[in-house]
Amino acid sequence: MNFYYFYTFKNYVMNFFFNLGRYILLMRRVFSKPDDSREYFKAIGKEIVFIGYNSLLIVFVISFFIGAVITIQTAYNMTNPILPTYLVGLGTRDSMILEFSSTIVAIVLAGKVGSSIASQIGTMRVTEQIDALEIMGVNSASFLISPKIIASLCTFPILCLLSMVVGIFGGWIAGEFTGAVSSDQYIYGIQYMFIPYYMVYSVIKSVFFGVIITSISSYFGYFTTGGALEVGQSSTKAVVNSTLVVLLFNLILTSILL
Amino acid sequence: MIEIQNISKSFRNTQVLFDISTSFEEGKVNLIIGQSGSGKTVLLKSIVGLHEVDAGNIFFHGRNFTTMSFKERKEIRKEIGMVFQGGALFDSSTLEENVMFPLRMFANMSVEEARERANFCLKRVEVENRNNLYPAEISGGMQKRVAIARAIALNPKYLFCDEPNSGLDPRTAIVIDNLIKEIITEYNITCVVNTHDMNSVMEIGDKIVFIYQGKKWWEGKRDEIWETNNVELNDFVFASELYKKIRKSKL
Repeated sequence: MNFYYFYTFKNYVMNFFFNLGRYILLMRRVFSKPDDSREYFKAIGKEIVFIGYNSLLIVFVISFFIGAVITIQTAYNMTNPILPTYLVGLGTRDSMILEFSSTIVAIVLAGKVGSSIASQIGTMRVTEQIDALEIMGVNSASFLISPKIIASLCTFPILCLLSMVVGIFGGWIAGEFTGAVSSDQYIYGIQYMFIPYYMVYSVIKSVFFGVIITSISSYFGYFTTGGALEVGQSSTKAVVNSTLVVLLFNLILTSILL
Repeated sequence: MIEIQNISKSFRNTQVLFDISTSFEEGKVNLIIGQSGSGKTVLLKSIVGLHEVDAGNIFFHGRNFTTMSFKERKEIRKEIGMVFQGGALFDSSTLEENVMFPLRMFANMSVEEARERANFCLKRVEVENRNNLYPAEISGGMQKRVAIARAIALNPKYLFCDEPNSGLDPRTAIVIDNLIKEIITEYNITCVVNTHDMNSVMEIGDKIVFIYQGKKWWEGKRDEIWETNNVELNDFVFASELYKKIRKSKL
């Protein structure tokens, strides 16, 4: 029985280092010189629409409701009359800026964008479209993955900033409609003791998360073998692994940057 | 001319190809035939470098492909066109964009010039006025023809086809076979076709290499098939009653 656990653990460790090594080698190919910059720019444009523009609605909806819920919960917990109600606005602002707009939005996008990237590239792999690119002499890793990473570098910070605005707006609407906090108090609260560096911190995190989600999802898609079932499995692996790495980097970046 | 010498290939503990040597001549249709699972596709993909061989050498007009660097291989690959079993057209691009793709990447052409060349290639494979359709919107036979158009867009020296008429009705399969034959004669291309379709063997094959359980079991010209005593080849080629009868009448 003990040997069983030992070998299972050994397999996990071996598997981790195998995937890590293969991921690093893939990234080396991804960041090599492009074959034709015109086609790459075209691809980057398409990916910005796919990763950024097409994610706007989900980011807006999630941020709005998160902001609203934070406001209501903070107001509900502030039963002590000594505490001024404008602290509800401050709490919502800081929660949105420091954590929710970058991390929670990244986790949601790992599900939406990550699974889509993994299944798109995985399908290209199993239908031999990647082989077709290689045969033409195209560096398929660079051609397929680098536009996605560049697009995520451009769009994730913007999505993060928009999420902050929408989340704080959602908190204001919720506070106003439920009577949890008055508009004046809320607006005073969101301006109170504002530290602009928090936004920089959040944007830096979102840049890292964007790269993590797109590169890990692309990795799992690129090395898909088999058929439709394996494409689905790659997609699941992409979401699970990119979410875990996002959470790990959230901890590391927070301890470094704050 | 493509020459392969003592090629072996295995995946983990399973050896798929055993010490295969042969050559493929220019301007002729060279067929690799064999049962499903015999190693035909692995051999074809090994020749073009999609699989790394464990041992052996591959020469493209005397240039040793196996010892080349990634960059050198890239240059050779620009001389290669390949038609995959499923067509492997890019789903998110129109037919015209599919054929224009290699031209835009490597031919240093303007959009207009690339479009003109793509239209010429599409016309050559008899797919006209469908430029803006997507691969999913056309039939399997037409997808194969577009794949051929894409493969010849850069005027390749070498054309590889992996079961180009699998999944097609007999009539469309003949159209595809004839198209391949015409194109390679017209452009003097070294062509290697993987197939287990006996009609293709009898219609267009100039040289035939029979693979059996990962080994080269027989090679020769089309007409020599009728007279061979190779048991495994005869079992494969004359598996149907029709071909048995034809053979009987020929002999």
